[in-house]
Amino acid sequence: MVTTLTQPTTRSQSKLAVIDCDIHPALKSPKALHPYLSERWRRHRDTIGDRGYAGSYYPRANPNAARTDAWPPNGLPPGSDLDFMRYQLLDAWDMDFGVLQPLLGAGQQLNHEYAAALSSAINEWQIEEWLDPEPRLRSGLVVAYESPEHAVAEIRRRGAHPGFVQVMLTIRTGEPLGRRKYWPMYEAAIEAGLPIGVHFGGQGGNPITGAGWPSMYLEDHAGMSTAFQAQVISLVCEGVFEHLPELKIVLIEGGFAWAPPLSWRLDSAWRKLHDEVPDLKRKPSEYFAEHFWLTTQPMEEPPVARQFVEMLSHAPWLEDKLMFSTDYPHWDFDAPNEALPKIKLPENFAPKLMAENARGLYKLPSRVGGLVDTSATV
Amino acid sequence: MPKWVVATVDEIPPGARKVVDVGGRSIGVFNVGGEFYAVLNRCPHQGGPLCLGNTLGFLRSDGVGEFHYSRAGEILRCPWHGWEYDLRTGQSWFDPGHVLVRRYEVEVVPGFEGLEKGPYVAETFAISVEQQYVIVEVGR
Repeated sequence: MVTTLTQPTTRSQSKLAVIDCDIHPALKSPKALHPYLSERWRRHRDTIGDRGYAGSYYPRANPNAARTDAWPPNGLPPGSDLDFMRYQLLDAWDMDFGVLQPLLGAGQQLNHEYAAALSSAINEWQIEEWLDPEPRLRSGLVVAYESPEHAVAEIRRRGAHPGFVQVMLTIRTGEPLGRRKYWPMYEAAIEAGLPIGVHFGGQGGNPITGAGWPSMYLEDHAGMSTAFQAQVISLVCEGVFEHLPELKIVLIEGGFAWAPPLSWRLDSAWRKLHDEVPDLKRKPSEYFAEHFWLTTQPMEEPPVARQFVEMLSHAPWLEDKLMFSTDYPHWDFDAPNEALPKIKLPENFAPKLMAENARGLYKLPSRVGGLVDTSATV
Repeated sequence: MPKWVVATVDEIPPGARKVVDVGGRSIGVFNVGGEFYAVLNRCPHQGGPLCLGNTLGFLRSDGVGEFHYSRAGEILRCPWHGWEYDLRTGQSWFDPGHVLVRRYEVEVVPGFEGLEKGPYVAETFAISVEQQYVIVEVGR
């Protein structure tokens, strides 16, 4: 039906360097992981398959939750064809780097042995089919986070591979992430020099809201930021950062305009209730500002654009912690040259957000192949 | 307003479209039930390639169990965020007064007399002057 495939008219229009912190690689077929699974787990995957908690998934806006122009011409699923990803994303916006977030359900498997086998298979698949062939790509190390013993083993097994820049979880965990159950996994991540990245989604068995299950995808989509806030509250209040001061957490696809009021509320409560949390030596907002990074997509779009800057003024630390992301190939994709509001932003805000904050956190070089990067100067 | 030959009528049957580059612009030309419409291939929201999106209609309900599907194929939905535009007017569904996509006049004419040479002249020259051609009118 479409007779001419046009490249988005955006190449080199963005003067800033771009690092995309949220790209979703997909399997070419359900059997695409078979080469990386043992015979036992191949059979398990074929005969029993993925088993998790039900009820958290709603029909997405589009098939595969994807941009309708993200289906490669060869008919493979969106995000599964590296060449098309290069064409439509990495090359189209001349990206320095892209960070993959495979959403393949490993961590939420009820069978923890399978979760661990699936995690290892996904990581080998990432190395073989994405990280080795494309030097601009980095990725999250997938782990069986509900079984931290397995997660620790996987971090020790593969965490040193230079392609992995963080350990990857999803935000809807079985318990709040501040619980001690998860601490060994954090310790292993620190040993490996990796932050913990926590992405939108997952199935932990709990409703997304504190008030039960919603009815519709719109509620799930817009309401996911409440799960992120719950995790910030838990991680801060359980004292994780006093025990593990080197721990870094990246919140991926959870919004960020809620950070200032959540900080106010936590500090206000802490002033009255600090006896309950004697482990906390500082105001909750200080742990939040120091230990968390947040990705931008879906960008906050206040009805009046200058409210974006007002929001930032309430949490200036965000200027060093926000990291650009597209969510390619998903339908709520943010375009690098269009995502930021068209208003005067704080000085150096855009280059830091578009690339430099991520470059610092993930220890990425100035450019693949050592090219001189002249694009970072506005 | 220059007029450009963008296709023969046969190239864009009902329900189909053709995305063309005309005068430096990417424009989608749509055939909706025999009528042709043309809009800029750029969504006003975030610059997505609008004309690669699906065409659909409107679904309205007057009550439980009642559904009315109308204007099939006349609504263009951006492939990125799903913003919807009326191909007849360029107006968005959710804010028709303020959010619009640029649309262009389209006509169907026989032969090429009186027309500027467009990007497809070389291809169509040898075929037949009796063909029907789709013409898009674009400002300089």
